[in-house]
Amino acid sequence: MPKQIDFTRSILLGFLGLALFIGFWQGLSAGGLVSSLFLPGPLEVLDRFTDLLTRRFAGATLPAHLAASFERFAYGFVLAAVIGVPLGLLMGWFRILDEVVSPIFDGLRFIAPIAWVPFAALWFGTGIGGPILIIFAGAFPPCVINAYRGAKFVDPWLIEAARMLGTPNRRVITEILLPASVPSIISGLRVSAGLGWQSLVGAELIVASTGVGYLMVQGQANVSTTTVMSGMIAIGLVGLALDTALRLAERIILRRRGLET
Amino acid sequence: MGVIRFDNVGRIFGAKSNPFVALKDIELQVDDKEFVAIVGPSGCGKTTCLRLVAGFDFPSSGSVLVDDQPIRRPGPERAVVFQQFALFPWKTVRQNIDLGLRNQKVAKSERDERTDSILQLMNLATYADHFPHQLSGGMQQRVAIARAYVLDPDVLLMDEPFGALDAQTRVVMQEELVRLARRNPRTVLFITHAVEEAVYLADRVVIMTRAPGCIKEILDVRSIRESENWDSHEKIEDVMDLESFVHLRTHIWRSLREEKAAATA
Repeated sequence: MPKQIDFTRSILLGFLGLALFIGFWQGLSAGGLVSSLFLPGPLEVLDRFTDLLTRRFAGATLPAHLAASFERFAYGFVLAAVIGVPLGLLMGWFRILDEVVSPIFDGLRFIAPIAWVPFAALWFGTGIGGPILIIFAGAFPPCVINAYRGAKFVDPWLIEAARMLGTPNRRVITEILLPASVPSIISGLRVSAGLGWQSLVGAELIVASTGVGYLMVQGQANVSTTTVMSGMIAIGLVGLALDTALRLAERIILRRRGLET
Repeated sequence: MGVIRFDNVGRIFGAKSNPFVALKDIELQVDDKEFVAIVGPSGCGKTTCLRLVAGFDFPSSGSVLVDDQPIRRPGPERAVVFQQFALFPWKTVRQNIDLGLRNQKVAKSERDERTDSILQLMNLATYADHFPHQLSGGMQQRVAIARAYVLDPDVLLMDEPFGALDAQTRVVMQEELVRLARRNPRTVLFITHAVEEAVYLADRVVIMTRAPGCIKEILDVRSIRESENWDSHEKIEDVMDLESFVHLRTHIWRSLREEKAAATA
């Protein structure tokens, strides 16, 4: 099948799925089976959503809340990437570091980011450090794991070629392992951004006084389910945009290498 | 200098309880500026021999020496050309060739000069800023040879370098390697399973047998090549037509076939 038609088809099917979902949702709430307080209909939510774009709720408009959330996310995510990717590469190259770090890391990564909330609150109060810690906890492991795997699974003859050419360790990491791992690192960053962004709401539910998560808690407190859903939609949309941007970056990089057409 | 010596070398892989003897009692000396090809069936340990000299692997017994020094690690004085080319896909042709020189901390102006001259020599000048994936297999292997040669190594190790190329490209590369090797002689250890290739390129051909990998026979090609004046023929097919060439080739084939018969018997 030609690529262009394939692409159009998948877009159309995507919209079909979305339409079916909204139709089902509308049917549920309009059919009177569920009270509109429990499950507001799509139109009500849309109404509230557009309203929140300009009207302040819980101290700010929805875009302002989103901006506050995004700032926290960006700090946590960038910190995770800046520490995690080099750590993963180093672990992939120096066996001793791998052996020292792996057991601790493998234990810590199973702790859900939200479990750090008590410590986030204890250590940072409502400052920006708390949410950053929680986002970091979500975003860090995929950065490390994918950089590590990328470094471990570099074609062995490329490593041998580098060693034969007398390449020092530092240069092996920056000029061989890093570029060879880029596809793996980028897919790690995609997972990482997703997990970080997900953890954000958890963080803001408890240790923040702005942000989309906070908006949702306040919506809950005011029994405004449409506000909560508007927050959910905003989170979904931003997450989708983030993922799309990273996927685009991935494709551009792979194409430049001739690994993808 | 670049004298390679295998001194009673053995290499055993696997667990003690279930060992696989890859090499046994290997005795071989490759003299300075000599071109030696090792032929043998797959699994006879010929690549292992090369890896021991490269410093990618180490003998279980005996020793492998270059200029009387045991080998401890890979290094640019023992440059390797791999069957899979092993070019860095994210580096241009020039950057691939440049890396080894940078590692040796050669000054930029000298690096450029040496890279330019090897690019010229290998007919790669117009491709300097291409990435490997934009080149054909033959071109990529030229880059890999240039990357090794530019380091001015004492020893050049070639592990079935033309094995991944199509037959026509292969012939062109063989002719070019002969030209390069005559003009700029190095100690070369060349691994192949192509008999004609070995006879055409090498000063001596080493025939190996399988399980355990031992040297069966060593043939002196150089004296025949010189007495029959092979190098006066520019094309490989003319050399391959000579009676002396056919005779040697047939001898090696027979030797390898006996080996096979012995293995299946």
